[in-house]
Parts: sequence; structure tokens; C-alpha cells
Amino acid sequence: MAAPLTLLLIVAVTIRAVLFRSSWAELISERVEVVSPLNAWKRVVEGLALLDLGVSPYSGDVFHETPFMIYLFHFVVDYAEIVFMIADGITAVALYLSIQTYNKNVFRKQKYALESDRYPADCLELLRSPKEMFYIPLKVAMFYLLNPFTILSCVAKSTCGLNNAIIALFILCTLKGSALLSGILLALATYQSIYPLTLFAPALLFFLQRLYIPVNLRRSSFWFFTLQYAFIYVGSLVVITGLSFFLLGSWDFIPSVYGFIFSVPDLTPNIGLFWYFFAEMFEHFRLFFICVFQINVFFYTIPLSIKLKEHPVFLIFMQIAIISIFKSYPTVGDVALYMAFLPAWSHLYRFLRNIFLVSCVLLACSALFPVLWHLWIYAGSANSNFYYAITLLFNFGQILLVSDYFYAYLRREHHLTHGLYLKKKDGTEATLVLK
Amino acid sequence: MAAHRCGLSLVFILIFSSLACHSSCDSLENANEDTEEKQSVSDTPREVNSDGSIAAEDLNERRGRSTDAELDRRDGTRTSEALTPAAAARDEFQEELVIRPLHSGDIYASFQFRTLWDTDFLQEGQKVSHYRLFPKSLGQVLSKFSVRELHISFTQGFWRTMQWGQPFIPSPPGAELWVWFHDTVSDVDGNWKELTNVLSGIFCASLNFIDLTNTVQPSASFKPLGLGNATDHRFLRYATLPREIVCTENLTPWKKLLPCGSKAGLAVLLKSEKLFHSSFHSQAVHIRPVCQDEQCTSKAWELRQTLNVVFDLYTAGQGKKEWSLFKMFSRTLTEACPLATSSKVYVDITDNPEGELFELSPATPLLSQAVVLGDRRTYSVFDLTRAETFGQLRSLNLLLRWKGDGGEMLRPLLHAERYVAGFGLQTGEIHTVIYNNHPYRAFPVLLMDSVPWYLQLYIHTLTVTSKSRDNKPSYIHYQPAKDRHRPHLLEMLIQLPPHSMTEVTVQFERALLKWTEYTPDPNHGFYVGSSVVSALVPSMVAMNTNFTQDQPLFSSFVPVKEESSYFVRVYTEPLLVNLPTPDFSMPYNVICLTCTVVAVGYGSFYNLLTRTFQVDEPSLPLAKRLANLIRRIRGVPLLT
Repeated sequence: MAAPLTLLLIVAVTIRAVLFRSSWAELISERVEVVSPLNAWKRVVEGLALLDLGVSPYSGDVFHETPFMIYLFHFVVDYAEIVFMIADGITAVALYLSIQTYNKNVFRKQKYALESDRYPADCLELLRSPKEMFYIPLKVAMFYLLNPFTILSCVAKSTCGLNNAIIALFILCTLKGSALLSGILLALATYQSIYPLTLFAPALLFFLQRLYIPVNLRRSSFWFFTLQYAFIYVGSLVVITGLSFFLLGSWDFIPSVYGFIFSVPDLTPNIGLFWYFFAEMFEHFRLFFICVFQINVFFYTIPLSIKLKEHPVFLIFMQIAIISIFKSYPTVGDVALYMAFLPAWSHLYRFLRNIFLVSCVLLACSALFPVLWHLWIYAGSANSNFYYAITLLFNFGQILLVSDYFYAYLRREHHLTHGLYLKKKDGTEATLVLK
Repeated sequence: MAAHRCGLSLVFILIFSSLACHSSCDSLENANEDTEEKQSVSDTPREVNSDGSIAAEDLNERRGRSTDAELDRRDGTRTSEALTPAAAARDEFQEELVIRPLHSGDIYASFQFRTLWDTDFLQEGQKVSHYRLFPKSLGQVLSKFSVRELHISFTQGFWRTMQWGQPFIPSPPGAELWVWFHDTVSDVDGNWKELTNVLSGIFCASLNFIDLTNTVQPSASFKPLGLGNATDHRFLRYATLPREIVCTENLTPWKKLLPCGSKAGLAVLLKSEKLFHSSFHSQAVHIRPVCQDEQCTSKAWELRQTLNVVFDLYTAGQGKKEWSLFKMFSRTLTEACPLATSSKVYVDITDNPEGELFELSPATPLLSQAVVLGDRRTYSVFDLTRAETFGQLRSLNLLLRWKGDGGEMLRPLLHAERYVAGFGLQTGEIHTVIYNNHPYRAFPVLLMDSVPWYLQLYIHTLTVTSKSRDNKPSYIHYQPAKDRHRPHLLEMLIQLPPHSMTEVTVQFERALLKWTEYTPDPNHGFYVGSSVVSALVPSMVAMNTNFTQDQPLFSSFVPVKEESSYFVRVYTEPLLVNLPTPDFSMPYNVICLTCTVVAVGYGSFYNLLTRTFQVDEPSLPLAKRLANLIRRIRGVPLLT
């Protein structure tokens, strides 16, 4: 399996290297779909330039990276292209290894269940065979590395690629069962862009499941492990934040990074829902709606964790997808991360209801983004509503996609317990409905 | 008896008090006379007249003084003993008009009114309440806000340096205000906010639109022009409103600050219907502390009101190269302001020593030479305090008739221009081009740019090139903007090579604003104030090494130090930048649509989270259900 992965990596790096050298690189790095005020490379360079001038990068409103990013790029700014390619490679390999581990777990569980005869007889065709599972990790890596969204993001040198690498490493450490590394990496991901905070719940659920600790609020072992993991997480978060303070000698980065994420002062268009909504918002409702929209991102964690407490990896996927749809400054790099997981759920394909529609919507939107942007900004023959309409449709498509996968996952689980071909009382074929 | 005694004592008191009043008035008058005497002694070498008619001038001066004394006496009787020494201080008023014919055929008229008063507004525990020539409204502003120096200008039109040369007092289009506060002020921003609002009322201008988002604190470009070498730029505030439109309503309050108003003196020429029918109009007020005398033993406040106007050859002069005071201002001069100690009209005749270029009538024997902006200029002087200036018609109507073509103007040594490059509404580039036209001297300039926050500057894209070579600024002061709080401030010191063009470029990104933050005409664009180029420019006098002019040989070997360079401030054009706009007509639609999409997401998750899968059992037809209802009542088994 190492050979195809190596080949894939080589192909991916070649594509990126060619694009970096082409005249497209500059064009791509200006695209609002690919870079946001949070992660644009131009702003990283600006931050470094400000530092050279002896001005704090956070004294202005251009730079919103964390102090670690300045520190990192202070040394490797000349090798940025290599760093971003390596980051993409790391993400792909980490996802590859995680999905491999996950598939092994799934297969083992399936084997136990099969041996203990827990599946209904007509469900055999729902079970997964090692043969079809064999190429899934490679497909996941390929979906990440060759996804045009990832390539664009990498060529634009969007720091989103680095955040993705941290999240992928976090997933890998979690699935490999290392609570310490997982906690530290989760803290790092949170430090980078606050939203991965919601991944705490699936990681905790995964560890509990792995250690056979039931989720029971009255059990001391549950509380013991939860507190242990929370301590690792919060502890590393405090250490990282403290280190950043010592790097810069001030707390300026807190409002400039996290305040910026939460209060959405920059209304530069992007593929998300925030920019036009808050550009057109009535001033006295602004705070209310900011709170509503931000709570919306975090809120799904609780019900999803309850519903999917047996399936923490799928929960991770759901959480990443929800973050990338509802976060304040989304870019296509965020979309690419959760899309990389889609091959891992290829067995859900038969239950997806409108995958054709959704793929058409997403493809059409991706093509229309630059067109309508050009019409609005350069040609002047369209206005902001055109671009806004496309962002709405794109998000609508993403929501459909994610909820469709959620539906399919739940339905498959239902069939695995109740049998695939359900009968009505009168013996005719029954249809399943949500009630 | 008692009543009689009472009446007697009353009479006594009356007599006594009237006596006391008389004596105090006398002593005041004496004191005034004393200071006047001293002043006239120090003032004796006043003007070198070519015909030596000092007697007439003396006479005139005495007349002016006597009116002054009368005025003083009236004031004195009114305020009696309450007079403090500071209020009794002397103030004086001077007015002058400089007319410079421009090579383009246009004409440049520059008025200056100067009031000097040796009082101290900023002294603790002492309230200045007695005003004579100095406008009370401004005096109160100075003392209330602890202002050390105040410069405000309103300009309509753009000064074309390449056609007109340097102005006497440069100003950017729109309104400009810069203030040095006294270093005892603790809340500078608060004072600044209040001061702009007060000035907005005084000058009927929209200065109240000056807030933190367009105020900067330049670190080097704006040094105090008056006494005191304040260097702490925390006490300096600078703001421009490039969009401000200047018109009659700003001129009227400005004229009211003059001691004679627009009733007498040079100010009678200031008629708005003519002043605003011009290609450039700029009025300004400069207040600063200056030295009272040469030894600088005491401080005086100087109020300088200036008004510069350029009349266009074609719109105002009907294409004829013939100018007169009446043609320019539709008024002629008949008298000086009685309160003025000096009132003069200067006409620049440097390019016309023999009268071959234009004809000036009436001719005046008085000539004056001055080094202005590094150039030695010769002026014909008309002294309005002298009766013979007005001739037999009792009115002075200067007439300037051009004989030939204007000829070539000496190019200004320093010149700057600015424009926005790039297309589309996403990014752009500001180009500032600075020209050094000096043939062999390089000199440094200070460039100051204040860019509003909605244009996000990228300082790493800053390039400075002269003669297609990178020219690294030796000093850069950059303060990045804070969204909705503070503009960008970029100041740098650039060395301009001789005879070169230096281009400064910096890229910016246009922000999308909230829909309420746009001006009522958002597609007109947003103004970015002029950038300011300040420099010590090598003097043209020092540049003159060709020795063709007859100068004494002893004067031309080593250039004179004082004249070797002079300070110039050049303002570039303001920029007009378009920003992307949202659709202003549909806030409700956007709120509804976005919320719908969020609700679709929420709804579908909610659906999947709260419901479970169940086999769909079709419900019975209506007839069967009704039958079942009856069967249940009857106790019969139900239908299925």
C-alpha cells in the first residue's frame, strides 16, 4: 500500500509545484473563495513586514494569524511553498492512516457482531468486505490531495492547509488511542481557529469507547477519564496561549484573532453565510444575530454527541462539516477537509437520497463563483446579490450533503438492527419513515 | 434733620466717586500713551521708501494712533477698575494683499490679515475677558481647549503647482485642520472632539465629521510653526475632510473675525459672488504663539487669516489678459481699515522689471524686495494708509494689462501628484509621484499619507523607485488602521535624486462596508485625503550660478546660508476610490434568505436527531375509520 500512496504524493506535489510556478498562482491567491482575511498569505507577509518595521502585527486590522504562525513563518517564509506542500502531504498521510485504523476497528467489531450473530439475516449485504475496504484509505488520501479545492488552497498558500494538517494529526492520534497527543493537538487546533473546540466531544467519546468505559454520569471511571482528558486539553491550551504571550509580550492577539473570528468585523465576501448577512444587518440586531450564528456552530455538538455516541468517528466528520459550513470565515480548504472523508462512507451510498442533485449543485456553484465575482467586481454588470445567491446555494448544497450522509448513516444503523427488508403487518414491503 | 444729613453724604459720595473715576481714566490713558511712545520708537525704521516720504506716513500713523487712543478711552471708561494688566495689553492689526500675475494668464490674489496680541490665554487662574481686535470666539476656544497652535483651511479647487508655481500658503482641497494642544492637556482626544465641534459651529463647516477614523498624529510632517519646540506628537491632531465643499456660508463667519469686518480696508474686496467664481479659492485661519520682540522676552498670539484666490483667464477674465481690482472683485479700494497699523497692496513685478511684459497702473514709486519661497521677488507697494495712493478719484483700482505672451515659467523645484491604479473593485494601487526639478541638488522630502481604514494597505508592497532604481526610505513611520477606529498613517523620509521622478506605490484592498456605513451616494466613491510632501528645498537664489544677472561680485561667490533652502509643503490631489457596494434595497430579503438556509440546516439536523425510523403503516380510509368509531361504541370488533 505504500507504493500507491507514494505515487499519489508525487503526483500531488507535482501538480502543486507546476501551479506554483505558473502565472495562475497569483490569481488564485487573490480569490476570495480560497483565502479569507483569517488565512490569506498576503496578510502573513504583511504581519512579518510589520514586525520588521517594529510595529506590532496586531496593532492593525490586517493580520489575524496566531503568534505561532508568525514564529513559524519568521523562519520558513522563504520556503513557504514547500511548507504548504508538506502540510498537505501530512494531512493526506494522517487521514490515510486514520482511516486505515478506523477500518480495522470497524471490521473487527463487525466480525465480533457477526460471530455473536447480532445482525439480522438479510443484512449480510450491508456488511463491509475487506476487499472493498482495502482501497478506502488511499481514496481518502486521494480525495484530499487531488481535490481541486485543496490544490487551490495550497497554491494560494492559505494557512487553512496548516490548520487542516493539525486537525488530521489530531484525528490520527485520537484513533491511534494516544490521549495525551490528541489533547495537545486538539488544543493547538483550537488555538489556531477556536472552532475545533467542538471536536472535544467526539474525541472523548472515542477514548471512552476504546477503554470500554460506559457513558454514565454516575460512574466515577467516566468522570475520571473525562477530567483527565479535559485537563490535558485545557492544560495544553493554557500553555500554548501562555507561550504566545511570552513570544509577543502582549495579549493583543486575543482580540485580534479570536475577537475577529467571533465579532465578524471584516465583511469581505467569502463562501460563507456571514458576510452579506452582516453587511445588510440592522445595527441594533447585529449583536443578537452574531450570537445566534455563533451559537449555531457550537450548538449541534450536544445533540449530535448524544445521537452518535456509539460512532465517534462519524461524529468527527459531522462536526468538521458543520464547522466548515457555519464558521465565520470559511474557505474551500475547510470544505476539502470534510470532503476527504466521503470515501470512508462509501458504503452509505445506497441510502443517499439526493447525492446527484447535491453534486450538481456543488459543481455548478464552484464554476459560478468566479464567474459571478467577475461580473460584480470587474465587469460591473452584476451586483452583490448575484454572488450572494451563489454562496447561499453552495451552503444549501453542503447542508443537503451533510444531512444526507447523516440520514444514510442512521438508516444503515437502523437496518443493521432491524433487518434490511422490512415488512408491514400485512406482509407487504414496508417503507421506512422518520417519526 | 436725618434726611438732610443723608442727602449731604450722598452728594459727597457722588463727587468723590466721580473724581476717583476721572483720575483712574487719566492714569490708564497715560499708560497707553507710554506704551505707544515706546512702540513708535522701536518702529521707526519701518519702510525704506524710495522717495523718502516719511513725513506723510508719520502723519498717518499718528492719526491711526489717535483713533486707537479714543477707542481705548471708551473701553476704559466702560470697564473702569476691573481692568487687569493683561487686558490692557496692546494688540495690533495688519492687512495686506499680494497680487501675482501668473504665466498662464490667470491671476493670483493672496490676502493676509494679521492680528497680534501679547496676552496669554493659557495662564492658569486668569481669564481673558477683554477683547479688542482679537476675535473673542477664537480666544475663548484657545483658552478652553488649551490650544497651543491651530491651523484650519477651507479650499475649493486644486492648486496647480506646475502652472502656477508655489502658493504662499499651501492647502489641500477640502477642509484641513491641525492643532497642537498644550502639553498640560490630559484628554487630548476628548478636547479634539469638542474643538472640532465648536469650530464646526464657528465656521459653519462640517468639521464635526472629524472623528477618530480620520484623525492622525503625524510624527514628523507637522511641526509647530510658532514658539516652543514641542516634539511630542501625542499632542498633535491632524485631519482632513477632502469632500468638504467651501462656499459663502464659510466665508461670512471668516470675514466676521476681521476687526473691520467687510466694511473697510482690503476686506471690502471679499465679495462671495466673485470669489467663488474662480478656479481656486482657499481661506485659512492660523493661530500660533510668536515672539513679542526680537529678544523674545514675552509671548504674543498671532492670528493670521489668509485668503488665496486664483481667477481664471477664461471664466473670470473673458479671455482678455487684462486684470483690474474691479474686474476681479467688482469693488475698488477706497480706504484702509482704520484699525490697521499697516495696510498694503503688493504687486509682483519680478518678471517685469522694465514694464515689457505687462503694464501696471497707477504706477507706484514704492518698491519692495523679499525672498519668497527661495526666490528673490520684487513688488510694487501701494500703501493704503497714505492718501495719495488713492489719487484724485479717492479710489484705487489697480490695472494690469499684459503686453505679450507670458513666457516660460521656471518649473517649481518640487512637485507631486497621485493617482489610483488598477481595475475592478477588489484591489488597487496608490501611486504617488514626486518630482525633483533641481538640476544638480538632491534633497530629502517627508511624505505623509493618511488613508482611511476601508482601504487596507499592504505595507509589504510598498516600493519607492527613482530613476528606475530602488530608493529605500531612510525613515518609515507606519501605523496600520483599525477597522472603524483609526486610519492608516504612513510617513517616510525619501531622498530625491537631482532632476528625477520618484514613484511611491503601495497596494490596497477595498473593504465591503456595512450598508449603513456608505455615504448617500455610494457609487460616487470615497475620498482619500491629499498626501503631504514637506521638504526643505534648495533655494533658487542659491541655484543661480550662471552670473548673467548683474549682481555685485562679492555677493555671489558663496551662496548665502539663510537663503540656501526654504520650507515647502506640497499637497497632492485627493483620491476618489470606488468600493464594492451591497444592494441597499434588500436588507430584509437578505436576512430572510440567509436565515432560511440556516433554518434548513437546523431543521434537517433537528429532524434526524429527534425522530427515529419507523415502518410506515398507511392509515385506514376515512369511511373505515368512521365505521370503526361506530363499532367501538357498539363494542363490535374493529375493521382493519
